[in-house]
Formats: sequence, structure tokens, C-alpha cells
Amino acid sequence: MLYAILCYSDEVATRAKPKAQDDALLADLEPVQRQLCDEGKLGPHLRLMPTTAATTLRYGKETVVLDGPFAETKEQLLGFYVIECANFDEAIEVGQRLLGPRIAHGGAGALEIRPVAMSWTGGSLK
Amino acid sequence: MNDIGWIDAALTAARPQAVAALLRYFRDLDTAEEAFQEACLRALKHWPLNGPPRDPAAWLILVGRNVALDHVRRRSRQEALPPDDVISDLEDAEANVAERLDNAHYRDDVLRLLFICCHPELPATQQIALALRIVSGLYVKEIARAFLVSEAAMEQRITRAKRRVGAADVPFETPGAPERAQRLAAVAAMLYLLFNEGYSASGGDVHVRVPLCEEAIRLARLLLRLFPAEPEIMGLLALLLLQHARAPARLDSEGAIVLLDDQDRSLWDREMIDEGLALVEKALRHRRPGPYQIQAAIAAVHARAPRPEQTDWAEIDRQYAILETLQPSPVVTLNRAVAVSKVQGPVAALEMIEGLAQPLAGYFHFHGLKGALLMQLGRDAEARDAFNRAIALAHTPAEAAHIRLHLDRMQREGKPRSTKKASAHQRQG
Amino acid sequence: MYYAIFAYEPEPAVDALSKEQDAAMMAELAEVRRKLSAEGKLGPVARLMPTPAATTVRRATETVVLDGPFAETKEQLLGFYIVNCETLQDAIDAAQQLTAPRRAAGLPGALEIRPLAAYFPAGA
Repeated sequence: MLYAILCYSDEVATRAKPKAQDDALLADLEPVQRQLCDEGKLGPHLRLMPTTAATTLRYGKETVVLDGPFAETKEQLLGFYVIECANFDEAIEVGQRLLGPRIAHGGAGALEIRPVAMSWTGGSLK
Repeated sequence: MNDIGWIDAALTAARPQAVAALLRYFRDLDTAEEAFQEACLRALKHWPLNGPPRDPAAWLILVGRNVALDHVRRRSRQEALPPDDVISDLEDAEANVAERLDNAHYRDDVLRLLFICCHPELPATQQIALALRIVSGLYVKEIARAFLVSEAAMEQRITRAKRRVGAADVPFETPGAPERAQRLAAVAAMLYLLFNEGYSASGGDVHVRVPLCEEAIRLARLLLRLFPAEPEIMGLLALLLLQHARAPARLDSEGAIVLLDDQDRSLWDREMIDEGLALVEKALRHRRPGPYQIQAAIAAVHARAPRPEQTDWAEIDRQYAILETLQPSPVVTLNRAVAVSKVQGPVAALEMIEGLAQPLAGYFHFHGLKGALLMQLGRDAEARDAFNRAIALAHTPAEAAHIRLHLDRMQREGKPRSTKKASAHQRQG
Repeated sequence: MYYAIFAYEPEPAVDALSKEQDAAMMAELAEVRRKLSAEGKLGPVARLMPTPAATTVRRATETVVLDGPFAETKEQLLGFYIVNCETLQDAIDAAQQLTAPRRAAGLPGALEIRPLAAYFPAGA
């Protein structure tokens, strides 16, 4: 089963941290991600730019293009992983492993684990 | 889709929440329904011009409330209605109402609305009809068609049910935890009834009435969204999804039932199965087993088997054993016997159902299974006897036709069929 | 530039679609995906399961596992696309194409376009 792990955190607080701290977080996440990859569990994953870089298309009667993210929330969607796990317990376990370095570096927030209903690989992006 | 199409979809989606909030406000089902109807009429007029509001439910609640209050005022003072364009100021007010609706009120509102429909004094068919009318907003004509009765008869049934619940006096205070749990259980049972009404028609010749099943799934989703940490509601939704996933394979081109073992599993709805499996796993993590979770877990075992012979019958036997202790009933034992016949053979299964002859004397599936087990053992005369009783008890032509197939087969082959497995006569079919 | 396009809808509106309406919308979306793919703009795409299937791992004083999605909002994140576009305008154009079938189905939601800071197609 494919799962998406959606990463939510307060982006203002996240970005207020010195770059060195973020680099340290990424350095600690790297072996976890590599390990997951070796286990054949990790698919595409990414980090999003801040919500200030977002544009939203609202449709209904007519489509309007708005600056900013879809929703103004206290915590924002900052990135996600697509993982492949045999079952839900395994997905939770992967979530816990990805949470580890975040906690170690004082991150607050949450990971949402949601099964993927359908997926398409699309073309290969360079 | 044209404008009216999207408005229709939006009104359907907003209905449970809006009617539920209006009911809390007016404390009267008819007034709440009328207010909602009025609000829908205004929506049909305003939304095509201004586009859909950000929060359709909040809009409908606010407009419905104002319109109903105006009616009251007008009746008492014969005063003119405010002009329609007062409503265009709604956009600001809407944000406020949305804020207020976000709190816990809303889930108790919807739960109360559903609970009112399943008042214990109402017979099951009235509960379902009332829920379809009030919560789902189906027209009486549509409900009558689904139940295969005349429109007038259904109209009367719903009116009678409304009168009963009107007198029942369900409290409007926010319920405490035990009361909430009780309401949830009653509503879950009603939704399962609704689903089953669609899944195995109790009469008539349409065996799978898809819209009822889909409506039950929609309402179960709504309920779980309101109570996301209730394992039994997860189990209920999972059970409905896993059973409904098989609908495309359950009937052949002639409308005859295709047994689980004989179904073309490539026709099963993969998307529904995946969602069902995900929910079962989530539910089981809570380690608070309940009947819906266990039945869903059993359905999950079937869903996971790519071919019938790969079914983990021992696991199904284990799950039914738990269900027997949790919710003992002759039907559960009967279903367990199917698993036992697969794991231990027909003799053990026959022994198991021996004691059920009395309580299940009038139950189609009992005689069907008994016949199949006897047939396996080559006891054709007794098998024929059991099959004939099953046919006499069949609810639909499809059920009867299926048993006749066994009889024909025995007739044709005229010898014991020791290799043929007992067919799943249980509801899992 | 890589962008993620997130699809948000009020779930009850999606639930209210009939199977036929959903199938028609998905067929039209498949057409749009094919076109974007042929233009070399489309990467992985996913439709997420409804939020009742979600679980959230959150850290307060200790890590807690909660049922349900991260946020209780009017509209829910229901899927995403990864696209590669020269400019934001290209991404908006791609998103416009993706809104059409949704609008046609009567859904009232939104697509959010957000540039990616880092992207790993698969593996680390």
C-alpha cells in the first residue's frame, strides 16, 4: 500500500531558526531516508517552498487566481514523502523514524499519514 | 454540468449539517425541513449570480433561519418581508456563522439528527425511510422506488414515523459521553440496516440496490469524519466498503447470485477495498474490538485473497469465534460453521449447526448451508430436503434460483460430491 | 522549476458525486494528465484517500498517534501533482487545465500551486 506522509509545521517558527540548525536537521534526516530507501520503502519526497511562494486557483463559478496558500492555518504543509509499506503499522513506524530527527532538532508539528487512493508515475521529470 | 447541477451537489453535501443546525435552532423537524427548503430556493436564485458561497452549509443555515423567523414574524404582525437583496450582505455574516459552526456543536447536531431517525419505537423500515427523507433529502418518490412500495404508502410511512419521533422528545442539550456513545451505536446500527436493505433486498427481484448502499456509505463517512477516533465507526465504514466492493461481481448477466467462491475477483472495486483495508488496520490498532470491526476484519480476509482457495479460513474461524463471544447469535455461529467446514470439513460444520435447527428454522441461509454440507457428504436425500426448505424461504428469485442450481447439479450428477466445498451461504456472499 | 499542485475540496461535496460523475471527471482528468505528460511537464500524481483514513503523529510533550487528518478544515487536501514548468504562469496554465474537469463536476474547491524547495523522485 502506498501512503503519503504529509509534514506540517509552523513555517514562521521553522524559518526563524538559523540555517546551521536546518542543515543539521537535513544531515540527520539523510541517513534515515537512505535507510528507508534501501528497505525499498521510500518513493518521491520533497520539501516545499514557504507558503508565501504559493498561488491558489479557486474555482466555482469562475476561477480566480489568488496569491498565497489555500488556507491560512497555524501550521502549514511543508513537504511530503510517498512511501510503500506492507501495512499500516509499518507506515506508522516509518512516520516515527522520520519524526525522530525533527524532534531532536526541536521541531514542533505533526506528520499526517494518509493512504494513497490512486497514483500515476507521470512522465520522468529531469 | 450546468449551474443547477453543481448547486444540487452542493445542497446535497450541505444538507445533513444545515438541517441538523436548523433543528437545534427550531427544535421541530418540520420547521427545520421547511426552513432548509426555503434556503435551497434562495440558493438556486442567488448562487448562479454570485457563485457558490465559501461555506454553503453556513449560508443555508443563516438564510434558512432568517426566512423561517420572517415567516413567524409575518404571521404574527402581518409585516412585509425584507427585500431579497438583504441576503447579499450575507457574505460577512457567513464568516461569523462558520466560525461558530466549527465547534463541537456541529457534530452533535448531525448525530442528533441521525439519532432522531432511529428512535427505538420506530420499526427498522421506518427508521431507514426517515433517514433517507430527512438526512439524505431523497424524494418520497425515490424512497418508495427503493423500497418497492407505492409513493402514497411511503408518504404515509414517513408521516407516521415523523409523528412518532415528534412525540419522542429527544433532548437538545449537548449529550454526555455515555449518551453520545449510545446514540452513535444506534445510528451505526441504522446505517448498517440501510446498507443491508440495499445489499440484499427483502423482497422484489432487484438483489443489489446500489443507491441505498452508496447512501449508507456516504452517511457512514460523514459520521466517521465527525467522530474520527471511534474504532467501531471505522469498522462500520470498512465493512460497508469491503462488502460493496463486491457488488459488480455478485450477480451474473441473468441476475442470479454469484457465490463468493465463484465471483470474478477482477470485477471487485479495488479502490473501495483499499480504503476498507486501510480503515480496518486503523481500527484494530485501538484494541477495542467490536462487532463491526470484526465483521470488517472477516471481509478483509476475503478481500485480501486473490483467489478463493487462498482464503485464510482459519483466520475467519478465529474472528467468528471472537464475534461469538462478543455478540452471540445463531446467525454468527452459522457463519462460523462455513469457515469450520473449510478448515475441518463438513462433519464438524454439521455438528456445529445441529443446535441451530430450532432458532434458525425459518432462515434461508441455514437450510442452504445444511443442504450444501449434506451434499458434500453424499447424503443427497437429506440435502434435497434442506434445499427445498431453503427455496420455500427465499426472499428473492435470485436466492431461490441459486439453490435450484444445487438441486439440478445433484440431479445431473446423481452422486456424492465429496470434493465440492460448502458454498458460502452466509451474507458474506 | 518544479511545482506541487495540491487539490483541496470539501469532502462532503466529493461524497455527493455519483459514481458516474466521479468517473466522468476522472476520465477528463486523465486526458489532461496525458497532455501534460506528453509536454514533459508531469511527474508523480496521487489521489489521497478520504481523511477518515488518515492518522496523525504529533509531538506534544510526547509523541501521540491521533486518528484523523492533521487539520480539521472545511476543505481537505485530497491529492497532488508534481509538475515541471518554466514559469509560474506555465504552472498556472497547467493548473487551469486541471480545474476544468473539477468545475464541470460541480466541485467548489481550489488548487494550490507551490514551488518545490527540494525534490527527490525516488530514494534518497
